[in-house]
Formats: sequence, structure tokens, C-alpha cells
Amino acid sequence: MNFKFIPAKGFVQVWRRHFMVWKKSAVTSLMGTLGEPFLYLLGMGYGLGRFVGELDGVTYLVYLTAGILAASSMNTATFEALYGGFTRMTRQNTFQAMLATPLRVIDIVAGEVAWGATKSLISGVAIFLVGNLLGSIPSDTAFLVLPVVFLSGMVFTSMALVVVAIAPNYDFFLYYFTLVTTPMFLFCGVFYPVDSLPETVQMVVNMLPLAHVVALIRPLAIGLSVDDPVFHITSLLIYAVGTFFIAVQLLKKRLIV
Amino acid sequence: MADVVFATGLIREYPGHKAVNSIDFVVKSGECFGILGPNGAGKSTTLKMVIGLTALDGGGLELFGQPMYPEHPTISQRIGVVPQEDNLDPDLSVVENLLVYGRYFAIPNHELKLKIAELLVFAQLEERQDAMARELSGGMLRRLVIARSLIGNPDLVVLDEPTTGLDPQARHMIWQRLRTLREKGVTLLLTTHYMEEAAQLCDRLMVMNHGKILDQGSPAELISRHVEPEVVEVRGNGGSSEIEEYSNLPGRVEHVGDTMFFYSDDAHTILDYFRDRHDLTCLMRPANLEDVFLKLTGRELRD
Repeated sequence: MNFKFIPAKGFVQVWRRHFMVWKKSAVTSLMGTLGEPFLYLLGMGYGLGRFVGELDGVTYLVYLTAGILAASSMNTATFEALYGGFTRMTRQNTFQAMLATPLRVIDIVAGEVAWGATKSLISGVAIFLVGNLLGSIPSDTAFLVLPVVFLSGMVFTSMALVVVAIAPNYDFFLYYFTLVTTPMFLFCGVFYPVDSLPETVQMVVNMLPLAHVVALIRPLAIGLSVDDPVFHITSLLIYAVGTFFIAVQLLKKRLIV
Repeated sequence: MADVVFATGLIREYPGHKAVNSIDFVVKSGECFGILGPNGAGKSTTLKMVIGLTALDGGGLELFGQPMYPEHPTISQRIGVVPQEDNLDPDLSVVENLLVYGRYFAIPNHELKLKIAELLVFAQLEERQDAMARELSGGMLRRLVIARSLIGNPDLVVLDEPTTGLDPQARHMIWQRLRTLREKGVTLLLTTHYMEEAAQLCDRLMVMNHGKILDQGSPAELISRHVEPEVVEVRGNGGSSEIEEYSNLPGRVEHVGDTMFFYSDDAHTILDYFRDRHDLTCLMRPANLEDVFLKLTGRELRD
């Protein structure tokens, strides 16, 4: 049976297709995924860390590692969905090819989301290992950040697919970076606590998806208890499901013309 | 048995024009049905409706006796699609392209392996099975796309200009393969603007222009209905100024550039008339689909 609002299991085959393509250039891809967060950790963690001293009772490197884990889950998923997804939709006509099979748009989008979240997880695991080497992930239960990274990847892939569905070309993504992801990267608590911002700004920032991700990941990585985990997880699920269905609707309009 | 495609009053509108304007046609089980027409006639839009990549703005469409609409998984399972532009995965090998596609059709692994081996032979790609799709020549890409369309054992294969841009060797090979399919009982629906292709492959065809069907029937029916059986082409200088003089000749004459086309039942009278004109080249041939096509759709350029 096929239900209109539930992806059929064919979405797994979409994920397998992306994985098969990724495997061929995994080494190059990992360089990119790992390189940037690693440089942030070294450059800012050690460099800026000398001036900052301690935050939330830990060294700045420990504080920042958790932030970078969260930020990279956003950036990895966003890049994969925007550049990978848009290329598959336009240049390679992969989505058109898939639609000529029993797959539906919802199955294709579910496959993309599962894949984007997987890539976030890959980068999350990599940073997790580097953080453990540097001693900047002190908590014994820090592996719990990984499911959060996966959920974050689902949120940011779905959001980016909405952009893909309406983008006329690659340049269009700059709007999304400038207006959405870069502000979140800078204001959602990756580099400093959100409560150091003016109160009205805090209210807005705390509603943004990356703020929820940071609020879950940082205490888990440092070894503190998470405030309001249900609220943050529910918020992220709402973002994920909401943007998923918007992306499905918009992509239907774009692909079935 | 229900008709494979049963379309009545199909309409597809785009802002400012009707790409498909109320057309009726039927594709019967086991036949090869062709859609002919100049660029922009509505051929590809018609195919897209049949395979569910375009919604209908009006009319009814049934496939295998069931109503067809976009995202219909059980009907899509029975259709193979060969699109106009190759949409293979460039970073995957020949085998991987078939494997990935077979999984979309939920074919069990052991069955898929056998099917891929069979299709590699069918498409003569055994020796290139590990080559990346982006390394293949145009003819090989086309063969791979056709092989891919057969992965789910379709009852209907829909091909949008299957041999456009191929050299004659590759084209003949593909025609041969399509005839093999038809012999196996697979129904074929294709668009083309090569009349030779239509004549070689199609049991029946329809000619479209500006979103409408101008006529449909078997190639022989269309030829006898619209054009005289014989054609004399007279090529050379001076033809144009003398065109009035030919009004006594039997049949009808068309003048294009430096060539005159005499359509007639009596080609010999025309050949006799020009016997002493050594400045002209005369050629007699039977009428073909191209003559029908040009008569129905006109000679002016389309893009």
C-alpha cells in the first residue's frame, strides 16, 4: 500500500544511490567535511581561547568543540542538499529519472533527507573523534550527541530542499546563506552563549533550529544535564516535518509540470 | 484485453498556449505506435502525460484499463521510459546504473543480477559494463538508457526521440532492438521526427501539429490518403519561372527552392516531359511518410 503522506520504502533505495555515488569520492569529501571544523577548532579554540579563558566552567576549546559539532551538522546537511540536491534536480535530471519509476516525489525527498542527515552524522562522528583526541569532549555520555546530529541533519536538509525547490540557479543560494545559515552560525550559541545577547534578540534566536541543536549538544558533550530536552527535540521535529512537507509540495510543482 | 493507452480529449495548457489541445488516441496491446510532428507540436507533452510527469488539464487517460495520474506507483511499475535527454548517473558505471534503477522497481537482488546480465547482452554493453556512464559514446548511452527502461520487465515502453543525434549504424542497431521487443509482445509508444524511423518501426502513427492530431493510421493508409503514389523531383535552375507551364501535367506540383515536387499517379508522363531538359536532374520515387508529413504540417521552419 502507498499512503499519500508517508514515504514508501523505496526511499531507502534513493539513499543507497546517494551512498553509492558518495563512496567513489569519499576521501575527497571527508577532507572537506573535516577540514573546516578542524581549522575552526585549532584556530579559534587555541588562538581565541587564550583570551577567553573559561565559559560555562570549561575551557574555550571544550566549549567551542560542542558548538562546532552543532554548526557542522547544519553546514554539512545544507551544502549536500543545496549543491548535491540542485545538481541532481537540474543538471543530472536524477529526480526526473526517479519519477519515471514507481518512486514518488515524497520518496525522493525522504531519501534526500535521510542522506543529508547521514552526511551530518559522518561529519559529526569525525569531529567527535577529533574532539576526543584533543580531549575537548570530556563527557562519558557524549556519544548521545550523535542522534542529535542526525536529527539536526534532517532539519537542515529539509529546510535546504525548500530552497532547492524554488531556486532558479546556484547563485540563489547566497540569499539563503546570508539570510539564514550564516546568521544562525554567528548568533545561535556556537561561539558564545546566547544569553550574552540583548533580551529581545535572545527571544528570536532561541526559536531558531540551530539554537535548539546547540542547547542539546553542548551539555551532552560537556557532561551537564540538558535543560528541557523534550522542548528542544519537539521543536526540531516540528521544523523537520514542516519543512519536509513544504519541500515535497514545492518539488511536486517543480518536477511535475 | 484493455487498450494499453486510452486517451480522450487530452488537454495540457501552458500560459498563453495549449501544448496539447483535445486529442484522442488509442495504443493497442503489442503494437508500436508513433507520434510524429515538428518541434513544438506537443509530442513530448503527450508522452509526459502518459508517463505521469505532467498532469492533465482536461480529458481522460487510462493505462491498462486504469485511470492514470502523476505519481501512480502501480502503473509506473509496468512502464519503461526512455527520455529525450540522457538522465543516467554520470558517476556510476553501466552496471551500477542498471542496479540502482532496478532497486527503484523493487526487484529482488538475485532476479536483478540475472536481468542486468541479460540487458547487457541485449544492449551489447558487456565489454563496457564497468565503464562510467560519462565515458560512453552517444550510441552506447542511448543503448544503456533503453536497457535501463527494460529493467522492470515493462508492458509498455515509452520512447521520446530514441535515435536523435545518433549515427546510422547506432540508429539501425536500436531499431533492430526495438523490433525484437515488439516481437516479444512489448507495446511501444514513441515520438520521432525521422520519417524513416516511423516507417521502419510503427504499426500505426499519428501526425501532430500545434497540439492537435492532423491524422492517424498505418503508414500505408496515411500515404494513400494524403499523397499521390509517385513523386518526381526535378532539381535545377530555371524551374521557378516556368511553373505555370506545368499546369497541364498530371497531379500536383510543389516548388521549394531549386526543386519542384510533382505528386502524381502518372510519373512517366512527367519524366517524358522533362526528357530533353539536360539542365535539370529528375528523380522518380514512391511517395513516403515525409511527403505526408510535409503536406500536413507545411514546409515552414519551426524554430
